[in-house]
Formats: sequence, C-alpha cells, structure tokens
Amino acid sequence: MIGLALKMLFGDTAKYLMLVAGLFFATFLIVQQASVFCGLMRWTTATIKNVGVPIYVVEERVEQANETNPMRDTDVARVRSVSAVRWAMPLYSGIQRVRLEDGSFKTVQLVGIDAASLAGGPTRMVEGNLEDLRLPNTVVIDELATQRLSSDPKNPLKKIKVGDAFEINDVEARVVGICKAMRSFTGGPYVWTTYERALQYTPSSRKMLTAVIAAPIEGMTTDEAAAEIERTTGLRAYVNRDFGNNPKDFNTATVWWYVKNTGIPISFGTTVVIGFIVGVAIACQTFYAFVLDNLKHLGALKAMGMSNFRLSMMLIVQALTVGLIGFGLGLLATSGFAMGALKNGQPPFYMPWQVPVAAFLVIQLICMLAALMGIIRLSLYEPAMVFRA
Amino acid sequence: MVDVRAVDKSFGDGPDRIDVLKKVNLQACTGEIMMLVGPSGCGKTTLLSAIAGTLRVDAGNIQVFGSALETMSGGALTRFRSTHIGFIFQQFNLIPTLSVAENVGIPLLIQGVSASKALDRSRAILDKVGLGTRWKERPNKLSGGEQQRVAIARALVHDPPLVICDEPTAALDARNGEIVLDLFRQVARSPERAVIIVTHDNRIFPYADRIARMDDGEIVEVREQAHPQAPHFIHEHAH
Repeated sequence: MIGLALKMLFGDTAKYLMLVAGLFFATFLIVQQASVFCGLMRWTTATIKNVGVPIYVVEERVEQANETNPMRDTDVARVRSVSAVRWAMPLYSGIQRVRLEDGSFKTVQLVGIDAASLAGGPTRMVEGNLEDLRLPNTVVIDELATQRLSSDPKNPLKKIKVGDAFEINDVEARVVGICKAMRSFTGGPYVWTTYERALQYTPSSRKMLTAVIAAPIEGMTTDEAAAEIERTTGLRAYVNRDFGNNPKDFNTATVWWYVKNTGIPISFGTTVVIGFIVGVAIACQTFYAFVLDNLKHLGALKAMGMSNFRLSMMLIVQALTVGLIGFGLGLLATSGFAMGALKNGQPPFYMPWQVPVAAFLVIQLICMLAALMGIIRLSLYEPAMVFRA
Repeated sequence: MVDVRAVDKSFGDGPDRIDVLKKVNLQACTGEIMMLVGPSGCGKTTLLSAIAGTLRVDAGNIQVFGSALETMSGGALTRFRSTHIGFIFQQFNLIPTLSVAENVGIPLLIQGVSASKALDRSRAILDKVGLGTRWKERPNKLSGGEQQRVAIARALVHDPPLVICDEPTAALDARNGEIVLDLFRQVARSPERAVIIVTHDNRIFPYADRIARMDDGEIVEVREQAHPQAPHFIHEHAH
C-alpha cells in the first residue's frame, strides 16, 4: 500500500510541490536561524577557545568570558600557591584601538600571554613563529587581522604580512606570525602579544590582570582543581570544555549569560517559531486539502475493505515522505548558506548535530499534525457515503 | 445468497426522524442479476449500503453468503467486504494518479496480494473487458464508458461472490450504458455470484433476471424476467 500512497501523493503535483515548499521553507528557517544563533553564541566564547587553557581564574563577580573585572597581579601567585595547580600564568584580554597605515582606526581583541611559557598562545600558526613574540614590540595576528588591518581590505596584495607593522595606542606592533583563530563576538580580529607588552599597549590603570590561566596537577581533574582554587583563593575558577550542562564551564556560563541577559535568543527564537508556524500552516492546510480532494477515493477504498488503520498509515506515509523531502531540501539549502557563511567568515554559523535532529523532529511533528487532521477527517467519513454521488 | 429480513433503518431523531427502510425483506440469489429500482429517495441506496456492509441497520438481519452482517465487529465487516464484495460506483471512483491496471488491482492489494501478482491478474481481467491494451493508461485518458469498464474489472478482479453496483449508467449516455451493461452481464454473471444493481434507469431493466421495486422504504414488488436481454453489444463495441 506504500506504493499506492506515494503514487497518490506524487500524482497531485501542485499540492505535492506546495507541501514540499512549505516544509522546505520551515526547515530552512529553523535550521539556518538556529545555526546562526549557535554560531553567534559560539563567538561569545571565542576568547576562551582561542586561549585554550584548562582553567580560567577570574575575579569572583565575573559571570562570562567577555566581562573583565581586573585582578591584582598578586593573584597569579595566589593561584600558583594552590596545591592542585601545576602552573598558573597571567592573561590580559581587552579591546584596543589599532591605527592603520592610512591613519584610520580599527579595534582588535588584544591578548597578552606569559612571555616565558607562551601559555594561552594560538595553537594553529599559519606563518611565522610564536616564539618570536619574545622579540621587542612584536605581535601575532589572526588571519582576519591580515585583512581588517590592511589599508585596502579588498586587495589581497595589500594584506598584512609577517614583517609589517602598525600601532596600538601609538606603540609600534610588528607582526611576527599569523595564526588561525575563532572570530570574536565583537567582530574584531585577535592580536597576541606578551603580557608585559600588552600592558604597554593598554592605557594604564591600577589593576590590569584580566585572568589567571592555569592547569591542574597530574592525577587531578580540572573540576577538582578549579574547586580547590575557589576554596583557597576566593576567586572564581572556570573550567574550559565546551558548551554543555556544567555550570562551572566558562563556555556554558558565557552562553547562558547571553541567553538570559540579551534579546538575541528572542530575536532568533521568533524567526524559528515563525518557521514552525509557516510549516504548520502550509503543511496542514495543504495536506488537509489533499485529503479532502481524495476523500471520495479514500472513501471508496474504505468501502472496498481497506481498514482505517491502513488508510491512516497511507496518510502517515504520505505526510512523512513530503516531510523527509522538504527537510532534505531545506537542509541542503542551509548547507549552501553555511558554505557561503564559512567562506566569508560571517554571519556566524555553527550547526551542532542537535539542530538538524531537532529540526527533523519538528518537521516530522508538523507532518504528523497534518496527517492527524487527515486521519480525523477520514475516520469521520462513513464508507456508505461513497454511494452518494 | 443474500438474505435480507425485516430490516429497519432510520436517520435523525424526534420529529426529524426519517424511516428510510421499513421491515424490508429481500433475497438475491447466485447466478442472477437483481435490480433494485424505484424513485429517488425510496431507500434503494440505503438498502444497498446495508447489504454491502457499509451501513449498520437499526433492526433486522442481513445474511450474506451465510454471514450475519449485524453480528460482525467493524474490523470483521471491513475484512468481509474486502473478500466477499465487489463494488461499482456511480462516479467510477477510479484514482486518477494510478494506471488503469493499478486501479483494477486495488482490491487485491487490500487483501495483501503482492503488487506484481495484482498487476498480472488485473491485466487478465482487463482483457476480458476489452481494455487489455490500455492497462498502462491513466483513467482520465479513457471515455466514461471505458472508465466504467475499468470499474467493472476492479469489482471482479478478486472474484467476489457478491457484486454491488450503484447506478452504473448514471454517468453514461444511453449507448455507452447499453455497452457497459452488456459487458457487465457477460463477465459478472456467474453461478457462484450474486449481483445487485441499484438503478432508476429503466433502459437497463431488460438486463436484470429479477427486479425488486421499492417505494417509500419498502419493497413493493419483486418481478422475475423470463428472458433478460442477451449480450449483444460486447462484440460490436468493446474492442
């Protein structure tokens, strides 16, 4: 009966295409918007990911990674004194202004790391050596900076190269390396330098230390070490894994902070809900019209001895088939969008497996709702009615 | 055989209640074509629906080849219809997105026969109704008479002992009506099968072995026809 159901479905080309189009748009809206939202949330944790250390110790009132409550330099020593800590280094992170060749200004995310260990430095160097940061007035920039800090960003020949220089707050910064890094939430490129030089690039204030980065001793988990740091120093210690259900994970805490304290989720969520409504409206209305159009045929099948169960299964097969096709096309279109986004670096796009799985379930839910409406209509149709012309 | 005894059926309640069937008694035997005739609204379609097991009656008994329909559960009745009854509808009710052969094979698919076997048997019976070469076509490519021949093939493909036929010529012109009835009589009439046709088209009365006349929910007359119309259009028009 599956073949019969599918032939009835595909035979009504106009309604079939309308159903697929509705579910296609619903899938595209849901997956694309959810993925852009996830990408944006991922950007909020870019500094944590780019610095990439196991433990992040910050001032006790800091709730998320882009919030900087400066600490005293002595806090590095306090963290080092904790028995669970293998090493602890200072970290500076802040937004600074770069003056370009043509006199214009751009903002960058400046990261200062310990000069001796280079802990917290970029892990994927594209050109140059990270060790060269130990040379005077040197920086390592990410690939985005090669364009953004260029006097002519659209001209590939004008890209910033190793050996080029610019000024950060009137202090020379010479590029000794280029690395890959995740984009920051603010859109500015990442620039690494040593901690001491970062303080020179930054207008001075009483407290300059952004965070202490640390690692646990062998045999101790990061969670245990972080708990020990908090207990001993009174500072807040976050671990660095990835977004999940651990409230002590800095990524998780940061994402939840943005979800709770900004209008971003409402904005994206509204579009996702609209996608759902569009899907429900088009799919249910069209599928119901499809059932009504075929009611006399379905009624004839019922009269001829086809059970309500088998007729219902036919409708479910039809609904799930258009759901699968619409979802597949929608996902394909989203993939096309994703390729463009990843190539251009924006808009932010990150599609964890949960997004397509959830969208698939939502689309199938829409289809089941549509099928259910048809099933209810069909179950109310008495087979004797087929004799009434 | 089909044995209808003291069947009552009404619709509505209170002052709106309409008694459509009133203590109806009727027998239809194998090997014969019975026509149920009468004016519009006399209850013939309701009686046909009750005999077909698509409508429950309020009182009385309907035995179809030894099975009492009123005692059957909904599921059993559905299964019974799929195996024992062939249907021909006034508007043909062919599914436009299926081929002629696929339409004909539907009763077999309902019984669980494989699609390939259903197709073979469909083509065989389409040969009998003169549409063997057109099995791949869509119903909308056929004339009204040809569509009704497809419906006849569909009603007979699973070899049911009872064929129910509702106004088979209502959607056909006079000439096509005669062709279809000629053919129908030739292929449907069998010693193991009872055929009940509801019609108010008096031009096809000669094709009946017996005619039961209804009026106001009652059978008022059952008349046997000694010499029903012999098939004669089939050779001239069906091919």
